[in-house]
Amino acid sequence: MIDDSRPIYVQIAERIENDIIEGGLPEESQVPSTNQFAAFYQINPATVGKGVNLLVDQGILYKKRGVGMFVSTGARNQLMEKRRNQFFEQYVVTMIQEAEKLGITREQLTEMIRKGDEIK
Amino acid sequence: MNKIIEVKGLTKSYKGVTTISDVNFSIEAGKIYGLLGRNGAGKTTIMNMITAQLFPTSGEIKVFGVAPYENASVLSKICFIKESQKYPDHFRISDVLGFCSSLFPNWDQEYAYSLIEDFRLPVNRRIQKLSRGMLSSVGIIIGLASRAPITIFDEPYLGLDAVARSIFYSRLLEDYGTHPRTIILSTHLIDEVSRMLEHVLVIDNGKLIIDEEADAIRGKAFNIVGPSKKVDSFIIGKETLKREIIGSLVSTTVMGDLNQKIHMQAEELGLEITPVSLQELVVHLTNTNLQRKVANN
Repeated sequence: MIDDSRPIYVQIAERIENDIIEGGLPEESQVPSTNQFAAFYQINPATVGKGVNLLVDQGILYKKRGVGMFVSTGARNQLMEKRRNQFFEQYVVTMIQEAEKLGITREQLTEMIRKGDEIK
Repeated sequence: MNKIIEVKGLTKSYKGVTTISDVNFSIEAGKIYGLLGRNGAGKTTIMNMITAQLFPTSGEIKVFGVAPYENASVLSKICFIKESQKYPDHFRISDVLGFCSSLFPNWDQEYAYSLIEDFRLPVNRRIQKLSRGMLSSVGIIIGLASRAPITIFDEPYLGLDAVARSIFYSRLLEDYGTHPRTIILSTHLIDEVSRMLEHVLVIDNGKLIIDEEADAIRGKAFNIVGPSKKVDSFIIGKETLKREIIGSLVSTTVMGDLNQKIHMQAEELGLEITPVSLQELVVHLTNTNLQRKVANN
C-alpha cells in the first residue's frame, strides 16, 4: 500500500505503471478516475491528480475530453524500457559497488549470478 | 486563488489569559484543510470565531469577504460539526435530518439516507437512545449531506470505531470529488487523515506554527540513525527535534529538506535516513518538554 517513505503522488504514478506493466491496465483501456483512486486509497484527489499528470507528461496516459484517462499505445514498452534503466542504476551499479567493497572479483561476481539463476 | 476565509491578527483573551495570539491565515475554496494540534491548543476556539459563535478580543475575520457575525447569508454556507454536538433528546434521527434539510440550501436528503445505511443507523430511534458512536455518525452524515461550501469537522469521531472512521474518509473523498467544497478537519488522529489533506495548519499554544501544503511538509524533517560521531557531524547547523541514544548508536530527528543530495551523503557515511510522518513532525514540534536547539559547530 501507500507509505510515507516517498511523495504520495509518486507512489500513485508507480501503482498505475505497475498495473500497466503487469497487464491489469491494457493499452487503450480506461484508467479509474481521480475520485475513484482518491476514495480507494483515502488520499486527497489533488494528490492523485498530480500522480496522474506525471504519467500524462510522459505520454503514458492521455486524456479524452469528457470521458477520462486512457493508457496510450506503446505505454507498456516505454515503461519496460524505463524500468530496465532503473534496474541497471538501482541493482547492477549498486551490486558492483558493493562487490568491490567486499573484494569480489568480476569473475566471482559472474559466477554468483550463474549460481543465483540455478537456485531460482 | 480564491480566499474564502481570511484571518488577520486574531487574538482571544479570557479573564486575562490569552488563548489565541495573533493568528494569521487564509483558506482557499475547494481544498481539504487539516487543523492540527494538541488538545487545548486553541483549534476549537478558532473555529468558534470563524463560525461567529465567539467574538475575538482583537483581529479580523472575513468569511466570503465579509464579517460573519449575524450574517445569515454567510452562516447558511457554513456547516460546523462539533465534537459533542447536541440534538434535542426527543428527536428521532429522521427529525434531525428533516430539520437540517431546511437549514442547509445544498442539503441532499437522498444522499443523507444512503449514508444512514452506510453507517447502519436506526433512523427512527430517538437521539437520547443513541450510543456515543451513533451520535458521532449523525454529525458526520449532517456534515456530508449539507454540502455546505465550508464544512468544518471538529474531532467528529468520539466513540467511532476504525471501520466507521474508514467509511467516513471514503465517503468524504467520494463526495468531495463530485461536489468540491472547502473542508476543514480538526483532529489529533493525524496519521489517519494526513493523506487526505491538501493543506495543513498546526496550532500550538494559541499560535499558528505551520501553514503549508501537505506535500511540502512531508519532506521537511527526517530521521538519521548511526554512530554518534558521524551523526553529529552530519547534522551540524540543523535544528534537532529529537535525540535518542541506543548503545553506541544515535537516532535523531532534524529539520531539513530530505532531498536526493542528503540521501546520497547519508548513504556514503553509512547512515540510515528515513522520512518523518506528518504526525511525528507535529508531535515533535508541539512537545513542549523538548528542548529544540540548533546543533552548533
